[in-house]
Amino acid sequence: MKLTGAQILMEVLKEEGVNSIFGFPGGATIDIHDNLEKTDLRHYLVRHEQGAVHAADGYARVTGKVGVCLVTSGPGATNAVTGVATAYMDSIPMVIISGQVPTHLIGNDAFQEVDIVGITRPCTKHNYLVPSVEELPRILKEAFHIARSGRPGPVLVDIPKNVQQATTNFKPKQKVKLKSYNPTYKPNSKQLRKVVDLIMTAKRPMIFAGGGVILSKGAEELTKLARSTKIPVTMSLMGLGGFPGSDPLSLGMIGMHGTYRANMSTGKCDLLIGIGVRFDDRVTGKTDCFAAQAEIVHIDIDPTSIRKNVPVSIPVVGDCKSSLEVINNYLAEEDLEKLTANRGPWLDQIEQWKQNFKLAYTQEEEIKPQYVVEKLYELTRGEAIITTEVGQNQMWAAQFYHFDRPGHFVTSGGLGTMGFGLPAAIGAQVAFPDALVVDVAGDGSIQMNIQEMATAVQYKLPVKVVILNNCYLGMVRQWQELFYDKRYACTCMDHAPDFVKLAEAFGAVGLRATRPEEVEDVLRQGLETPGPVIMDFRVTKEEGVYPMVPAGAPITEMLLV
Amino acid sequence: MTEEKHILTMLVDNEPGVLSRIVGLFSGRGFNIESLCVAETIDPKVSRITIVTKANEPLVEQIEKQLRKLINVIKLRDLTGSGSVQREMALICVRAKLENRDEILRMVDIFRCKVVDVGPEYYIIEATGTEEKMKALVNLLKPMGIKKIARTGTIALFREPH
Repeated sequence: MKLTGAQILMEVLKEEGVNSIFGFPGGATIDIHDNLEKTDLRHYLVRHEQGAVHAADGYARVTGKVGVCLVTSGPGATNAVTGVATAYMDSIPMVIISGQVPTHLIGNDAFQEVDIVGITRPCTKHNYLVPSVEELPRILKEAFHIARSGRPGPVLVDIPKNVQQATTNFKPKQKVKLKSYNPTYKPNSKQLRKVVDLIMTAKRPMIFAGGGVILSKGAEELTKLARSTKIPVTMSLMGLGGFPGSDPLSLGMIGMHGTYRANMSTGKCDLLIGIGVRFDDRVTGKTDCFAAQAEIVHIDIDPTSIRKNVPVSIPVVGDCKSSLEVINNYLAEEDLEKLTANRGPWLDQIEQWKQNFKLAYTQEEEIKPQYVVEKLYELTRGEAIITTEVGQNQMWAAQFYHFDRPGHFVTSGGLGTMGFGLPAAIGAQVAFPDALVVDVAGDGSIQMNIQEMATAVQYKLPVKVVILNNCYLGMVRQWQELFYDKRYACTCMDHAPDFVKLAEAFGAVGLRATRPEEVEDVLRQGLETPGPVIMDFRVTKEEGVYPMVPAGAPITEMLLV
Repeated sequence: MTEEKHILTMLVDNEPGVLSRIVGLFSGRGFNIESLCVAETIDPKVSRITIVTKANEPLVEQIEKQLRKLINVIKLRDLTGSGSVQREMALICVRAKLENRDEILRMVDIFRCKVVDVGPEYYIIEATGTEEKMKALVNLLKPMGIKKIARTGTIALFREPH
């Protein structure tokens, strides 16, 4: 079958089960966009390439499938870089197709030429410049394979315009052969036997679950493990939803803004089982003091994560879900009644920590941002897909919305990308048109990709945006309050647009609440209104996120109010 | 923890951009490169890269893991220690005044080097050996005046089992 490069791309996208693409055309993608129109593939035209990548990212996070986006050469590609780095840091499977100038112009500083393969080398799992149309089918197949297997990640494929136009014989369904790439899925069972032995003898065990549990679809096995052994579970920001947040064994989130009981537990536990985590600095605080009394088990599919930040007693390289299955099988033969009968004192201690300091806030005359998230949780019965921007809004969403299932919390954890939430919500809504998708935003970060409201309106994607509007870049302001003598340098944002009018200008609905008693009504009305809605909540200006561990301090040393 | 020298050798896909991935990994993660050698193997699709780095034990482990994670790295080994044969080569242009010429030639003989170019006031010497031997030779030639030097950096191969 003789096909052009652009047609081959369409064929491979179909083979890989892609049905939605987020993109923005340019001179170097006209051939691809032209062919897209002739297929059943749905193309969502964003308003900025960063939005395309975040939308593909949001789509991937809620479906577990590879997200796909399509951008043009030069500025199209550089605009995509922040999104690519965001996906890379959070291990999100994604294929980014970028147009490139024709091969004979590469290196000539041609119009809209940039070395995007060079630029994205450190923030992709792998990337390719396609040298000829003959290589295209193999490269595209490899790109999807690499993106979704092992520790997932973004793969960029840069396709020069003349490669898109050239023709070759296309053989469908080519097999991927990569001699140097073989992720270890099957864990070493001897290592896992040792883990089980530690579980059987530990007095104060805890599980620390991360995004790897969600990516490997291991939430069920994790829940089984925790409940059968009565081991409490804390989660990283990326792990929220990997274990039911409303379960009594849930300690909530760990880390800089983790719960008191989660952070205190790591200080006192004698066994810490890290699953699908990478012991990020926002989690561990001062590493020397992190879980200092504990044997640390670390299960992860990526060997580089293990022993990168903390020393580990038992390293296990393997798929999280498979590892949890093996552990659960071993445990089935153990006397778990005897094991759980002795769990009392440890769980009592944790309960006491919980009572000592609950996540709370004082209701005052003004709207408290935490109250808005709490009400949102109640009104949606915890069933919405929540995306967030980055900063205080993100932390309050993580603290006050309790996630019981994976794939319902979509947030930029590793890179901390402001402007992520709205396009990610659009991607999630494309994946699940009937789901309720809410972007919890701040007034600062929503302005970074607000243009995507036009995308939501154009495609009738009914995303709801909840702005916790405090007229500040709140998280930085909080650091300035605590560590820079309240010098609020460049964090005051009192010249924001009128978000209600702005929503209307986009053709969406805008609502506002200025007093606590209006919050519930505005939320209710906003959530029930069909189509995209922006809700502007004027919240207390100088509210802080607590607990807070100062950067570099041990995580048991928290500022509480 | 003490830093030690490690010789890492790897087989990689002989494709554009592969060296840049490896070097970028070192600079991006703050790893150190003491020397670097690259050339094609018997198989034109495969190159061998030898990198000498200085790092403590956990860091070397991390460097090796990060390198193995690169899709284009086919195989990697740490060739530090006596299990391998290690050599580097140098071309040294040394000032050769009349009164020094005999002494230089004696050293060329002792170190089993070769004189590959001769001028009225200089010799270019080709030397191969371990890094230690190179250092010793350079130290002895220094007083005569080294005009220029080009070194390859270490290459190494595992000794085959007997």
